Amino acid sequence: MTDATTSPAGSPASTGKPILQVSDVHAAYGMVRVLHGIDLEVRDGEVVVVLGANGAGKTTTMRAICGLVDTTGSIRLDGKEIVGKKSADVARLGVAHVPQGRGTFADLSVEDNLQVGAFVRKDKEIRSDIDRWYEVFPVLGERRQQQAGTLSGGEQQMLAVARALMGRPRLLLLDEPSLGLAPMIVQNVFRNLQSIREEFGTTMLVVEQNANLALGIADRGYVIEAGRIVLSGTADELSSDDAVRAAYLGY
Amino acid sequence: MELFLARLFDGLSSGATYAVIAVALVLIYKATTLINFAQGELAMLGSFFAYILAIEQGIPLYLAIVLAMLLSAVLAAGIERVLIRPFDPADHLPLVIITLGLFLVINAVAGMIWGFDPRSFPRMFPEGDVWSMGIARLRWYTVGTMATVLVLLVLLTLLLKKTKIGLAFRAVSSNLESSGLVGVRAGPTLQFGWMLATAVGTLAGALFVADPFRQLDPTWAQRVLIFAAAAAVLGGLDSLWGALAGGIILGLVESMVVGYVDWIPNQMGLAAAVVAIIIVLVIRPNGLFGSKAVERV
Repeated sequence: MTDATTSPAGSPASTGKPILQVSDVHAAYGMVRVLHGIDLEVRDGEVVVVLGANGAGKTTTMRAICGLVDTTGSIRLDGKEIVGKKSADVARLGVAHVPQGRGTFADLSVEDNLQVGAFVRKDKEIRSDIDRWYEVFPVLGERRQQQAGTLSGGEQQMLAVARALMGRPRLLLLDEPSLGLAPMIVQNVFRNLQSIREEFGTTMLVVEQNANLALGIADRGYVIEAGRIVLSGTADELSSDDAVRAAYLGY
Repeated sequence: MELFLARLFDGLSSGATYAVIAVALVLIYKATTLINFAQGELAMLGSFFAYILAIEQGIPLYLAIVLAMLLSAVLAAGIERVLIRPFDPADHLPLVIITLGLFLVINAVAGMIWGFDPRSFPRMFPEGDVWSMGIARLRWYTVGTMATVLVLLVLLTLLLKKTKIGLAFRAVSSNLESSGLVGVRAGPTLQFGWMLATAVGTLAGALFVADPFRQLDPTWAQRVLIFAAAAAVLGGLDSLWGALAGGIILGLVESMVVGYVDWIPNQMGLAAAVVAIIIVLVIRPNGLFGSKAVERV
């Protein structure tokens, strides 16, 4: 991958081997081109954040990785090309995506949401995984038979994360986990993401408008503007970058 | 009392047959959130398959019906693959047009092959009555149809709630995009929905024409589809048990209204039942048992 602006070796998690390599990705909705050559990389065990304004192409980047939008260029997962694959097949290769707006199965129960998250698994540990998520998020355990659509926004976000992780993914994509949530709930969601990362070492690519919180749990980050990556670096570098501070951190 | 019972049994009898076809409609609606206008014609075709296997090939009736269900399911799999899958499942209008086209094509082809002369379908249940009092006759046919519907619904409920393909079916019907993101392939799942609905439709068709008062011809499903759709809507389009309730209520209202309301002529029985449904839907827009779309943000 040719990325002159990536941080120099020595950042904490840069030693893992790359899981996701996105290079020169273009994507369009019909005639409207949204991505103009995105390059980014996520390594094993890393949490990488993508920052950018509304309409910059953050969500489209996620959708391109998951095969939800027409894409050209190269996206490699564990070295294997996935451009052109259907979303179900990308998911089967170990990419879990918590889409914007959470994508819960609103009329399925909480329990069934978790079951369907493990749809592609064949092992015998699905039950114990579900019970573990009920321990991590007790509120989901209390409401296991309730329709997922009746949960509050924060609860649904936790359910969406748990459902995504039920597939034991190689890579978790989170699209704006803070969207539409009250500030206190957002804090809580990120605290949970932090502890999931510490406990399970899940590799994550997070798109987020709340740059402060996102950089707080990330190792590295990219800044996307008008469909291109304009800046990248470690979380610390981005936090101290004047342009990033002015545009995304607000101080 | 006798008259009331007679009307009750009549209502149950027609209600049970509306219900089975309504179940098939509900299945396909749950999978695709659209009404398959070809559902009735597929059921008609299935009933012909069963007839030919049983009468012309001499296969025992129950086995013939099972084979006809399998045969029609295979046909449905082909239809789904060739005519339905190329289209965006979220865009309903082209799909509705396709099912309307199927409706016409299947009907015409059946007419060409088998003609429009009525045939007598073999009896699925013993002739005669389980119980009778004067003109009130509870026929074996009615009891048999009811029992078949109940067994069918229990089996379908188990299939959807307890199996992996059932989970996939419910996931796809709940949220198409999210089901892809967890690795559920929409195409084969919807194909399964078509196969299941069509097999159920074939069973429904066989039950319908097995009534000694009815005969088999390529037009029987056209009238019934409308009643079945009304029953499905009354029950709440996405509820299997609602389809049963809707069918029975429709049948009962039809026979009671005509029986007890003097100024409504016989021919208007079903129209009166449909008016009753409209009144119910004004009060409960999702039908009696339909799930409300709940979403909190």
